[in-house]
Parts: sequence; C-alpha cells; structure tokens
Amino acid sequence: MALYVVQFLTGLANASSLFLAACGLSVIFGVTRIVNFAHGAFYMLGAYVAYSLTQRLEGGLGFWAGILVAAAVVALVGALLEMSLLRRIYRAPELFQLLATFGVTLMVEDLVHLIWGPQDLVGPRAPGLDGAVTVLGLPVPTYDLLLIVLGPLVLGALWLLMHRTRWGVLVRAATEDRDMVAALGVNQKWLFTGVFTLGIFLAAFGGALQIPRTAVTHQMDLSIIAEVFVVVVIGGLGSITGAFLAAVLIAELNAFGILVLPGISLVLMFLVMAVVLVIRPWGFLGKPIQTGVKTIGEATRPWRPWSPATSVLVAAAILLAALMPLLLGSYGLSVGAQILIAVVFAVSLQFQMSTGGLDSFGHAAYFGLGAYGAALAVEWSGLPMEAALLVGPLAGLAGALVFGWFCVRLSGVYFAMLTLAFAQITWSVAFQWVEVTGGDNGILGVWPSDWASSPAAFYWLTLAVAVVCVLVLRHLVFSPFGYRLRAVRDSTVRAEAIGISRQRTQYVAFAVSGTAAGLAGALFAFLKGSIFPDVLSIPTSIDALVMVLLGGVATVSGSVVGAIVYTMASIWLMSATDLSRLVLGAVIVFLVVAFPQGIVGSLAGLVAGPLERWRRPAGAARPVALPAEGRQ
Amino acid sequence: MSAASAKLEVAALNSFYGPVQILFDVGFSVGRGEVVALLGRNGAGKSTTFKSLMGLVDRREGAIRFEAEDIARLPTYEIARRGLGYVPEDRRVFAELTVEENLEVGRQPARGDAATWTPERLYALFPNLAEMRRRPGGQMSGGEQQMLTISRTLMGNPSLVLLDEPSEGLAPKIIEQMADAILAMKREGLSILLSEQNLHFARLISDRAYILEKGRIRFSGTVAELEANTAVRDQYLAV
Ligand SMILES: Nc1ncnc2c1ncn2[C@@H]1O[C@H](COP(=O)(O)OP(=O)(O)O)[C@@H](O)[C@H]1O
Ligand SMILES: [Mg+2]
Repeated sequence: MALYVVQFLTGLANASSLFLAACGLSVIFGVTRIVNFAHGAFYMLGAYVAYSLTQRLEGGLGFWAGILVAAAVVALVGALLEMSLLRRIYRAPELFQLLATFGVTLMVEDLVHLIWGPQDLVGPRAPGLDGAVTVLGLPVPTYDLLLIVLGPLVLGALWLLMHRTRWGVLVRAATEDRDMVAALGVNQKWLFTGVFTLGIFLAAFGGALQIPRTAVTHQMDLSIIAEVFVVVVIGGLGSITGAFLAAVLIAELNAFGILVLPGISLVLMFLVMAVVLVIRPWGFLGKPIQTGVKTIGEATRPWRPWSPATSVLVAAAILLAALMPLLLGSYGLSVGAQILIAVVFAVSLQFQMSTGGLDSFGHAAYFGLGAYGAALAVEWSGLPMEAALLVGPLAGLAGALVFGWFCVRLSGVYFAMLTLAFAQITWSVAFQWVEVTGGDNGILGVWPSDWASSPAAFYWLTLAVAVVCVLVLRHLVFSPFGYRLRAVRDSTVRAEAIGISRQRTQYVAFAVSGTAAGLAGALFAFLKGSIFPDVLSIPTSIDALVMVLLGGVATVSGSVVGAIVYTMASIWLMSATDLSRLVLGAVIVFLVVAFPQGIVGSLAGLVAGPLERWRRPAGAARPVALPAEGRQ
Repeated sequence: MSAASAKLEVAALNSFYGPVQILFDVGFSVGRGEVVALLGRNGAGKSTTFKSLMGLVDRREGAIRFEAEDIARLPTYEIARRGLGYVPEDRRVFAELTVEENLEVGRQPARGDAATWTPERLYALFPNLAEMRRRPGGQMSGGEQQMLTISRTLMGNPSLVLLDEPSEGLAPKIIEQMADAILAMKREGLSILLSEQNLHFARLISDRAYILEKGRIRFSGTVAELEANTAVRDQYLAV
C-alpha cells in the first residue's frame, strides 16, 4: 500500500514538468496554430542554462533565481525566434511549420553540444529541499513534494492570467477566432509574440526544474517532445486544463507501469492514447479544429502518365544506374545502394502524402520495423536473406495496420503528432527491450546471402527492388484506387457523398506505404549488416519528409530526385563537418522560408510556363489532361 | 453625395478568393450619419464586400477611402482602429467567453469623432444582455448573440458600422428591437452600412440603398425610389 502511495506521488511530481512543457505547446498552438516542434529543444535549453547559472549562484536564493532567470533567458530567445522566423511562416502549410521548428531543434542540439560539451551534466540539489520526507514509512524526496504543489499552482496562475487580465481574454478570444479579434482592432503580431514567449517560458521552466532530479542530457529534447505530443493530443490541443489532466494521467501510468513491468509503461501510454482518441478524437477538452492550409503548393500540377519521350528518359536513367558497377568501387556502390533505399523510403512516404494528404511525421516506424523484422528473422529464426526480405515488409505492414487504424481517424496536425508519437513509442521499445532487440547495442551480423554479398550484386538487387517498388507505387497513383485517394484528399465531403469512405481508403494507403517503407528498411539492414534503434528515431522520419519536400511533394519523380540529392548531400555533410545538424537545421529552415513549394516544385513552377508554351504552339488547343488521365 | 462629405467611398473594388473573382468594379459611398443598405440575394457578394473593406479577403484591388484616407492597404486591425466597426453575418461571438469578456475584446480607447460606449450604456441599449453578463457566448440564443456582436463592435467606438444581415434568422419581436437599436446608433451620429436580402427590414431604417448582383452594383438610389421600382426589386431581391 505504502509503495503505491509513494509511486503515486512520484507520478504527480513527474506530471508537473510534463504539464509545464505541454501546456506551453498547447497555448502556443491554440493561438498561432503552430505545433512547435522546437518546444523540446527549449525545454532542454532551460535545463542547460539553469545548470550553468546554478553553478555560479550560491544558496537557496541563488538556486531559485538561477531557475527563473534561465527560463526568462530562454523565453527571450523564443521571442526572438518568433519575430525572426515564425512570423514568416504563419500562413505556410502546417507541415512546413513543423519542419521549420524541427530545423530549429537540430540547430539547438549542435549549439548545446558546442557550448556545454558532449557529456551529461549533473546539476545541484535544491538547497534546503535535498532531503526526504517519510510517507507511510517510505522516503519521498522533499523536492518532489514541491513539484507536486507547483503543478496545480502554475495551472491556477495560468487560469487567473487567462481569465482575469485583458491579455488573457484576448488570447482566449484569438484561440477561438483570430480574424475576428483582428477585426476588433487587436494587433495580433504582439499577441502571438507574447503567447509564444509565455509558452517557451513554461517549457524552459519545466526543463530547469528537472536539474536536481535528473542529469541534463542531449536527449532531453526529443524524449520530452514525444511525451508532450501524447499529452497534448490526449488533453486536447489548446486546452491548458486538458494538458494538466493528461499530464497527470500519463505520468501516473508511467509510475505504475514501472511497478508492473519496466518497459510496459510505454505500451500502456500507447493503449491509453489509443482508447482516448477512439472515444474523443480531439482529446479530453479539445475541440475539432479547422486546420489551415492543407495542400502544399498551390501550383500542384495535374498528374499525367508518362509521354513516350519521358518513358525513354526513365529507361535510360535505369540503364545508367544499372551500369554503375562498371564505374564505381565498393564504397561508391554501397553509397549507391543507400541512395536507392532512400528512394524507396521517400517514394513510400510521398505516396501517402501527395495522394492521400497524410503528412506523416513518423514514417521511420515502418522503415525501422522492416529493418528489425528482417534482422530478427535472421538472428532468431535463422532465415535466409530472401525470406527476411519478405518478413521486413510484412513487419512494416503489420505496424502500419495497427498504428494506421488510429491515425487515419485524425487529420492535419493531430495526424502528424500521432504518427510521430507512434514512431517514438516503437523507438523506445527497440531501445528498451534489450533481450530481443539488443537495445542500444543493436543486432549485428545481418548479412546478405552469398549470391548477393558482393557490392555489385547487392547494388543490383536494391536497384531491382527500387525500380519495381517505384513503378508499382506510380501505377497505384494512376489506378482507380489512386483517384479515390485524391478524391478524399481534395474533398472528403464530396468523395463520401459518392460512396468513398475516407478512413478506409486512407487506411489502405497507409498500409501500402508502410509496407514499402518496411521493404526499404529490410534492405537497409542487409546493406549495413547491423541495425540500431536510431533507424526508428525522429530524425529518420524527418529525413524522409525532407527528401519528399525537396523534390516537391506533388510528383513521384520529384521524390526520387529529392532522395538522391538529399542522401548524397547528407553523406557529404557528415564527412565534411562535425556540425552537420547545425548545417542541416539551418538548411531546412532556409528551404521552408525560401521555397514554400519544395525545390523541384518551385523550379518546375518557374520552368513549366515557358516549357508548356514551347511544347504547344500558340493557338493549338490541347485537351485538358484530366479525362486522358482517367482512361489510363 | 459629394465626395468631400462622404464617410466611406469605395471605387472600382475587385475582390478575389484564391483565383476566383467575386466582386467586379464595385463602387458606393456612405455619408456622415447616413444609413445605407446594400441589398442582394444570397451569394450576391454582400459579405465579400464587407470583408473586403476589413481586409479579410485573399486579395482586393481598388480604392477604399475612409475619412478621405485610403485604407485599402492597411492591416485589418488598423482598419478597425480607424473607426470601422464590423459585425459579421455569422455573428462570430466568442463562444467560450462570457458576455462581459466578449465586450472586453472589443474595447478600444475613446475617439474624438465618435460616440463613446461603455458596457453600461450597451446594457441600457440591449437590456437582455444586462441579465446575462456572466453567460458564455455559446449559450445564448441567436437574437442575444446578435445583440452581443453589435455591442462588442460598438465597444471599439466606431464611427461607421458595417452590419452584415442583422435581421437574419431573428424572430419578429427581436427584429423590431434591432431596428430600434440601429436607429439609436444613428442618433448617436454613427454612419451605418448594412446588408440585407430584401427590403423588409432595410426600409425601416435606411436612407439609401444599393443593389448588388453577381458581384456588380445594379441599382443605386433612395429607399423611396427603390420601393417604387417593382421591376428592379423583382429582378434582384429575394421576396
Ligand atoms: N471563403 C470563400 N471562398 C470562396 N468563395 C467564396 C467564399 N465566400 C464566399 N464565396 C463565394 O462568393 C460569392 C459571394 O458570396 P457572399 O459575399 O457570401 O454573398 P452574400 O453575402 O451576398 O450572400 C458566392 O458565390 C460564394 O460562393
Ligand atoms: Mg452574406
């Protein structure tokens, strides 16, 4: 009994920091409609800055001053970020907003590395609160009790701020209807900056408060962001009280889950989220949100089948790729195989994004499941490569069927956050279930069969798989199924009116996409000969997104080009600099601000005009592309 | 109406939602202290005209002079601060906010050129609201919401109020109350531009009228002239 009480208290203490981070994200989303991926990075920064300050400041006053000043400093950085970056992208598609703030996260990671070094840091204990209080005969850290009180206090303070001040009333009004608030004479610019600053302050405060409890590490940002997403999705985006309830629920689940079985807490979190979302798709206290700009790139050109000239070009490109083993050495061929795998991965994501409108932030889950599926098939069942290459996509399919069942019930940012949360949960399972996955040590010795073991043979194998995979997905795009997908993407209401079920159609697309990603993952395991949890990590999901967006989301060929360019660039970047995340993050931010259509999309927009005119002499009417496409 | 004394003057206004043009060369004016009706059937472009004035459409071209100053390039909040008050047709009360809080969102500093409103004055104008100061906007009847949305706009002390279909969906008794309130606003010196689908309500309070059809102005004249002109009314207005 006593143990349960103590565990309950620990859960409450954990809930406080989680609540601080989550309610900041929620408030920011409510008003600006931006899901701030960088929220975890600011949480981490809060902890690092607080660490440095409390090293220098003495005594109880110094400690608390350090925590508060750290949160204020980080909030100021947040304000600068809002004014310099976010103001430019408030009207951009939400996917780009997520990407840009993820780019900021990458930059912060490397900056933290530069400033504070690679090692974990252990902060000071809170003066006067470093002891323990005995509860039912068991010790509970005094600091935990303070946190338990702090959570509701902050909730109360926020409630007063939102209900008893003009600023708070304006924030709540803007959460409901931004345009109307502007039409009543309120300058939203400063409202947005203020809200963002407040949200970042809360996140940094939450991070800073952790330093007496846990080490300050580089993983704080991504580990908290996944939990925060879960909390916010369960609590309802935009709701502070919802965030509090969900934070308590999740933290308690973790606290008790650990008692039952270490590692099960994640599965529990997953189950609870799933149940809540099925019953209340907008969370405890959330409301259906009108998601903003949905399609990416206004200049989405109509889809059309290849012309004979294009077919010849494609065949030539494939032939050229097939001749590579005559030109390249084994390193070059392994890079080539890696690029081809990236192509499959990117095209699988592009399939659900462009045709289905499903902007997944967790595509790594299916890639990783494919990789682990194949690797485990070899390690545990001793299956040969040929069989393992079937197990991989099946594992991807299974994951997509389970996760997709929940995800396709949602759309927009909810969909993106849920996919990310599922991927992160999969990552945690791979990381923690050491007996099966080897945890951080991964699975080694995943080698191809003899016939495919030479670099050239393996390269040809990946090439064959990639070509077949891209052609099959492309074929699906132009099949009746592809039309149904685009119909539900473009107008769900009208599509459902003619008897197309949005959920079922998107579910199938999600499954197809997951299967293809699993195949890419399986090949990847055999290419590397080993597999580690980072194939499931957030950066892997982002890699896929950037590849697709680089190429312009609208075309299959764009994704192929995007995958080639991005993979080569990142391999080069890794070898050229230690600060690859800083560079990559800056590039992502730049791309989002400069090319809201994706690179190939933007260039194609520039080129398409003159090209069309050149192809079609003036006056010669051309039939509209759509009917022709319909017969394909 | 000479240009010099006009409160609001719109000329050659073209407005777009995305690539679609909705308004074509729309021009009209509202004089000081005048009540002008913008009439037209559903889909004629009345709401789009109002949104264009407030800078709430995707793109607009043309001249919008308010107090002889071109406001066509100003952001929405600046337009509101110059004294243009907007009452949208779907009311858009903040459902989670109480009556008092809704009014607070609309509050702006007093202006020299227009009547100054306080919650107490508005409660006097709309006694129903006085009884529900703490009620969330989402739990009010349509008529009460309409009173609230007008009051909220008046809290900004505007000198010209845009009322988009103020009588839509209201019970006859409430409509009378609404007409009285609009006339009271007129007595305070406010200029008013209101839209309606037919003449029933508009004739009670308006001085002049314009008729909009498919995004173009088709008629302009006094209300008396319009009442006399059955052909125009039959062609362009709802019954
Ligand atoms: N947000 C919008 N996007 C695209 N078209 C719109 C939008 N709002 C209105 N329209 C179109 O503009 C035209 C005029 O609409 P509106 O101004 O609302 O007319 P009214 O207020 O006179 O009924 C209609 O054809 C309507 O379909
Ligand atoms: Mg209208």
